[in-house]
Amino acid sequence: MPWLNACFTGGLIAYLAGTAAGIAGFRVPRRARIGVFGCALAGALLEIIAAVVALARGGVTTWNLPFGVPLFSWAIRVNALSAYFNLTLGILAAAVSVYSFGYLRQMEGRRNIGVLGCFYNILLLSLTLVFAAGNAFFFLVAWEIMALAAWGLVSFEHEKERTRRAGMLFLIMSHAGSGLLLIAFLILARASGSLDFATFHHVASALPAWQQGVVFLLFFLGFGVKAGVVPLHVWLPEAHPVAPSNISALMSGIVIKTGIYGMALVFFDFFDAPPAWAGILVLSAGVLSALLGVLYALMEHDLKRLLAYHSIENIGIILIGFGAAMIFRTLGHPTLAAVALIAGLYHTLNHAIFKSLLFLGAGAVHHSTGTRNMEEMGGLIRRMPVTALCFLTGAIAISGLPPLNGFVSEWLTYQALLAGFGSTQSLTRVIFPIAGALLALTAALAAACFVKAFGISFLALPRSENAAQAHEAPLSMRLGMGFLAAGCLALGLGATWFLPVFDPITEQLIGARVSSALTAANGFAISAGTAHAGTVSTVGIAAMLVLLSAIPAFFWLVWGRAGRRATGPTWDCGLPGLTADNEYTATGFSKPIRMIFSALYRPRREIQAEYEVSPYYPTAIRFESGIEPSFEKRMYDPFRNWLYRMAGRMRSVQAGSIHAYLAYIFVALLALLLFGVRR
Amino acid sequence: MTGTLLKVVAQLVLLLMLAPLVSGLIKTLKARLQMRRGPGLLQPYSDIYKLLRKGMVIPNTASWLFSATPYVVFLATLLAGLMAPMVAADTPIGLFGGVLAVVYLLGLGRFFVALSGLDAGSPFGGLGSSREMTVSALAEPTLMLAVFTVAIGAGSTSLAEIARVAINQQWRFLAPSQVLAFAALFLVLIAETGRIPVDNPATHLELTMIHEAMILEYSGPYLALIEWAASIKQLVLMTLMINVFWPFGLSTAWSLSGVWAGLGWLALKLLILSCTVVLVETANAKMRLFRVPELMAVAFTLGALALISTFLF
Repeated sequence: MPWLNACFTGGLIAYLAGTAAGIAGFRVPRRARIGVFGCALAGALLEIIAAVVALARGGVTTWNLPFGVPLFSWAIRVNALSAYFNLTLGILAAAVSVYSFGYLRQMEGRRNIGVLGCFYNILLLSLTLVFAAGNAFFFLVAWEIMALAAWGLVSFEHEKERTRRAGMLFLIMSHAGSGLLLIAFLILARASGSLDFATFHHVASALPAWQQGVVFLLFFLGFGVKAGVVPLHVWLPEAHPVAPSNISALMSGIVIKTGIYGMALVFFDFFDAPPAWAGILVLSAGVLSALLGVLYALMEHDLKRLLAYHSIENIGIILIGFGAAMIFRTLGHPTLAAVALIAGLYHTLNHAIFKSLLFLGAGAVHHSTGTRNMEEMGGLIRRMPVTALCFLTGAIAISGLPPLNGFVSEWLTYQALLAGFGSTQSLTRVIFPIAGALLALTAALAAACFVKAFGISFLALPRSENAAQAHEAPLSMRLGMGFLAAGCLALGLGATWFLPVFDPITEQLIGARVSSALTAANGFAISAGTAHAGTVSTVGIAAMLVLLSAIPAFFWLVWGRAGRRATGPTWDCGLPGLTADNEYTATGFSKPIRMIFSALYRPRREIQAEYEVSPYYPTAIRFESGIEPSFEKRMYDPFRNWLYRMAGRMRSVQAGSIHAYLAYIFVALLALLLFGVRR
Repeated sequence: MTGTLLKVVAQLVLLLMLAPLVSGLIKTLKARLQMRRGPGLLQPYSDIYKLLRKGMVIPNTASWLFSATPYVVFLATLLAGLMAPMVAADTPIGLFGGVLAVVYLLGLGRFFVALSGLDAGSPFGGLGSSREMTVSALAEPTLMLAVFTVAIGAGSTSLAEIARVAINQQWRFLAPSQVLAFAALFLVLIAETGRIPVDNPATHLELTMIHEAMILEYSGPYLALIEWAASIKQLVLMTLMINVFWPFGLSTAWSLSGVWAGLGWLALKLLILSCTVVLVETANAKMRLFRVPELMAVAFTLGALALISTFLF
């Protein structure tokens, strides 16, 4: 208790100190940078300790923060689930804070680092509180502070029109989501008679059936906006890329995971067994998000927008696990539900780590080349070897390839889906293999996308002057990235030793402990949980890869050494030397996909050729191609136009006359009084 | 422990030695069917031996990744092969992974080869990488559907378990779900191993090549490793298909007599499957790249039908 309490509160105080340091350092950028990120690092480390203590001990710890408004209690409730998310947050915050020391140095004197640091610490503080809030009111307050702090950070480079628009879109959608959450929490509060999360336990399942449906939908939409579930994702690829890269890493790594935390809390704690259709809806939304996320990512050649779309994809993969867990729970298979939930939660942590790593890598590239456009990069693996290696690690992990962490969570997801087929006799079970097949398509497309992202940005010849003169990132940035890359490796190889962490969480939410069933061969391999089930061992795979390398080494010793090893120019078809102009471009790389899925993308292209004598000898060619943003155009634009029209009609009510306004207030008061009396 | 080690070594030798033979067999059969003499059955061995001893030229634009790729793809493919049942249902290192690990290990190799295609900076490499990743992405859902169909029957993704269940139901391969799943997997095999009508392994024409374009810059020992890995991958996929769908003569556990019988049956079944591949390659022309999605859609439909017919039969 004292350790947990002290570390947790200490972390909060450190974040507050960081905020103060940011404000104090408005004028002294260098000191602000060190003060702000030093405090943030200290806070993150303290929160990690608190989370580890909480996870190790299990159970629920609650206490009230000794400040605030009298009527409402600022109740902190640390249980296994919130500790797990706070652990994720702490790991990211530590890595990103270290990275920021070097990353922001370039901005000194040009931008106000104090403001950035101030918002940064507020964001970390509010995120910690979102994960630890013990009642709905406190949760929503922290949620709002988080949204505002994130808005401040997204809009940091506010002199650009595009950034301001992205920030505004984020703010509007975020608040629409908060509105839905507020209604849902109020419905629950009416049923339980209190705002305390402890009293919400399984309360939603006691509601009448239609209210259950409404509460579920409100929560799913409200948290879905934050998580970036398709079709509520439109803000995400706008807002994440325009922020400074250390912020993008936090946004994609953990801020969208607050939506996932909320869903875990609601679907598994507030609901006992959600309606049967709810699980199917979540699973389908997950599949849709995963597939559309990766398909749109493939069309991007802005490195950070590409990564942002991959966040949508990975949220989808997490929701596939969650949806399957909900279905199993409704069907009465707690063990299977626990396995599926673990798959989703494991992927949450994994995605947080490799996505932050990739964003930090993209930031290092931007820091050094000044561009986010992949078509202007190239050849960076020679000039930025450490960044390239870290980015490659992240790319392998996000593509779900063994032996890194992405593989483990995707493997668990497949196993959950496979078990789902046997869990029921009804026809709905066919969605599990279909979801599995589409997950396989998603994973393969993600691999294609990261071959493109890494290959075009880091390999071959530099495609611009800036890329040719790139330099390696400073030590602190490399440390931040290296820490996360090591995390990818550790969570991949050490998967079996990490699984017991989930025991208190599944115990709390579902009432089943499955980590011992999930480990086989003395913790050497992961099993799918049942007898004769499939097993996989990332350690074993890694060890075998090392051992088998004796075979090529043998060939090398016997024959290869004798051969001459020369370097020469790449085959250029007899032309006078290859240049970067001959290289494949990012747009060209994804062209087959664009043509195959043209029904979705509705691509357009425009070619204008100027010529003087004959069209066969053009003097200049202008080429433009793009895809149609379907969701924006077909869903959001009509809705926005409708909103504007309605607002135009409402204008007559708001005429600017103070007498009319007084009358409105009077009528409203009267109506409320009548309503109160009637009850 | 010694037993496992022996099994690992035996299967390694089998993979390394048999894979070039299967490639040679397909080449020879194809040549005969087209009224050509063709290279000898053992030509791939000579090719690998020759390439291993030769010098090599590395493009001056390439990075360390270019040199790492041959090792990664060779080791990953070999490891995937160790997880597959070959002469007995029991796999040497089945604990380390089942069918999912096999699919993803092959994916790891492909990821690196595709990156190396881009590394040299040649437009051919990029072209090959782009096409390879596209085609494999389209083949992946079908592969997974077939995997699910088979794994659901066995209740496990462990290949040893799947093969064991298949052995107990020898004639199950006639069930509609199995026939359809086999047909779907056969199309995946064509796509994944780069055969006509999806890719032409014999071409060096820039408009038609996929796999060859990616590895255009490789020479000497590196090329040997990549070509060897490609033939091992082909062997692994073919072995998986025949041992899961036609489990005749496959013993459950390793034993001295069982191994010889298993080997004989394996050779026979590989011969039959190779003949089918050869017939398909000879009877069809290479497809336009943008017709390949249609073929893969057919495969996906077959896979989905296979899955649905597991309900019915």
